[in-house]
Amino acid sequence: MADLLKLNKINKIYGEKIKTQVLFDIDLSFEAQSFNAIIGESGSGKSTLMNIIGTLDKPTSGEVLIDGISTSSMKKEQLAELRNQTIGFIFQFHYLLPEFTVLENVLMPALIKNGRVGEAERKRALELIDLVGLTRVKNNLATDLSGGQQQRTAIARSLINEPKIILGDEPTGNLDSQTTESIYALLREINHDIKSTFIIITHDQRIAEKADRILEIKDGRINMDVTK
Amino acid sequence: MNQLSFRIAWRFLKSSKGQTLLILLGITIGVSVQIFIGSLIDGLQKSLVDNTIGRSSHITVEPLGREADFERNEDLIVKLQDDGRAAKIAESYSNSGFMVHDDDTWPLVMRGFEIEDADMIYRFSESLTEGALPQNQYEVMIGATLADEALLDIGDTFLAINPEGNSQEFKISGIFDLQVASINQTWAIMQIEDAQVLFSAEDRVSAIEIQIEDVFAADTIAAEWKTLIGEELQITNWKDQNASLLSGLSGQSASSYMIQVFVLLAVLLGISSVLAISVVQKSRQLGILKAMGIKDRAASWIFLAQGLILGIIGSILGTGLGLLLNWSFSIFVKNPDGTPLVPFYFDPVFVVLSMVIAIIAATLAAFIPARKSSKLNPIEVIKNG
Repeated sequence: MADLLKLNKINKIYGEKIKTQVLFDIDLSFEAQSFNAIIGESGSGKSTLMNIIGTLDKPTSGEVLIDGISTSSMKKEQLAELRNQTIGFIFQFHYLLPEFTVLENVLMPALIKNGRVGEAERKRALELIDLVGLTRVKNNLATDLSGGQQQRTAIARSLINEPKIILGDEPTGNLDSQTTESIYALLREINHDIKSTFIIITHDQRIAEKADRILEIKDGRINMDVTK
Repeated sequence: MNQLSFRIAWRFLKSSKGQTLLILLGITIGVSVQIFIGSLIDGLQKSLVDNTIGRSSHITVEPLGREADFERNEDLIVKLQDDGRAAKIAESYSNSGFMVHDDDTWPLVMRGFEIEDADMIYRFSESLTEGALPQNQYEVMIGATLADEALLDIGDTFLAINPEGNSQEFKISGIFDLQVASINQTWAIMQIEDAQVLFSAEDRVSAIEIQIEDVFAADTIAAEWKTLIGEELQITNWKDQNASLLSGLSGQSASSYMIQVFVLLAVLLGISSVLAISVVQKSRQLGILKAMGIKDRAASWIFLAQGLILGIIGSILGTGLGLLLNWSFSIFVKNPDGTPLVPFYFDPVFVVLSMVIAIIAATLAAFIPARKSSKLNPIEVIKNG
């Protein structure tokens, strides 16, 4: 299957005077519709890699190609549009907007995309909320939810614009093991049904083993790359 | 600006109610003080100017030097009328003489007018305490003080004498009170023809008295008309004759503007600082929105929209409060005679202008926070958790 995402010789160096290199010549490609897990100790550079893939951060050198298009020459506005339409984010700390309800949070990327929300988007949002099992609390403010419910909301939100890539940075990092299990089951189900490409950072070995491919990052380099 | 920024702005404002109310209170008080002070000073000046020159000639055309009168010039009157800036024009013939009644003699300033024209300037009909305006030949209207002293009443007659000794009997048609002691004591108001006949000055006038719409343009208009009236006449205006009043008024205006500017500045700084804090408070949300692909321009507009919303609501509330204060002031703060110290004065142009300035200022105050928000990098928020 074609590569949806390609990383060429990615280096990342932090600091001006005291330079700390976090990533060393990373070459990677991800197939469309695959489910990938990235593991590694904290400080290994996996989150930095994830932020570079998600165009939130820029590599010091090297380029990121999404759907064959290089992101390195894109302007801020173009990157914002790319993130909005091609990438869905699920973060460890959920990052919902506390001023908005579950439904409004899920609709926010669509609102950003079109400037308004149509009936079709609304219907899709309700379907996604149903998919993640939050129909009962869809009009609750984001702050009036349990951790698991917040994470489910974030998952539904990441799917609203039907992005090709879904990035998860420890999406179950602070959830109990039972909730973690059900969230991963949900992600796999979505991967199967919607056919988005998933790249998930996790430190949970059991979870990683459920992925199609496991990548281990160690000291800024790829230490292991196993495809089942 | 799109619906997105507005919706987020509105929700941000609604979710931090305490902060929003505080900022609104600030704008409301600021705008109300501005409207109150501005309208109060405006009203004060209007009533002061009205009291001073509302019932007198703004621009007067007179003979030069010691001449008492000049040849009536129909052309000049037509030209002045055609100019369009003169609201009311009245020709008069005035001269001094005496009144003889019951063997007593009083000095008299005989003022002959086209009564209808002059009434529009001096509003004699409003000043009548008894009787009516002189309408027939040899009818006259005298001041209340003179009527008291000479024991004259409506329908009584007296003899008016000019310095050369010519005399004419006049009948009193009305008694006026123009609120000025010297006028009430000495003026006798009559038809212009009667005065001209008494002083053997047929077809001569002693002044053309003019009121204009824009009273504060009296000096410039008078200067322009100087060419119109020719060499033999002179033109005076109220501003030259009331320099001290004018400097008082302009001092008052200047201090009123200063107060308004500083109030506005304080409001502006208040909004700006509260919104700047709110950018920091909302930086997490902004980071999330940016990660989800909101563009910098739309992110800035969230804060500009907050300024705009606060400005609109605050200026409406402030205007209401300011006008209420003005109205209460005119109702509760009174002169000993029961008239308001400063009459309620509503200038829609000033009020709308104040509102527009407040709204623009509130939006501008949001400009710095807006810039800050557009510079915020989502990675800072994502990394720091």
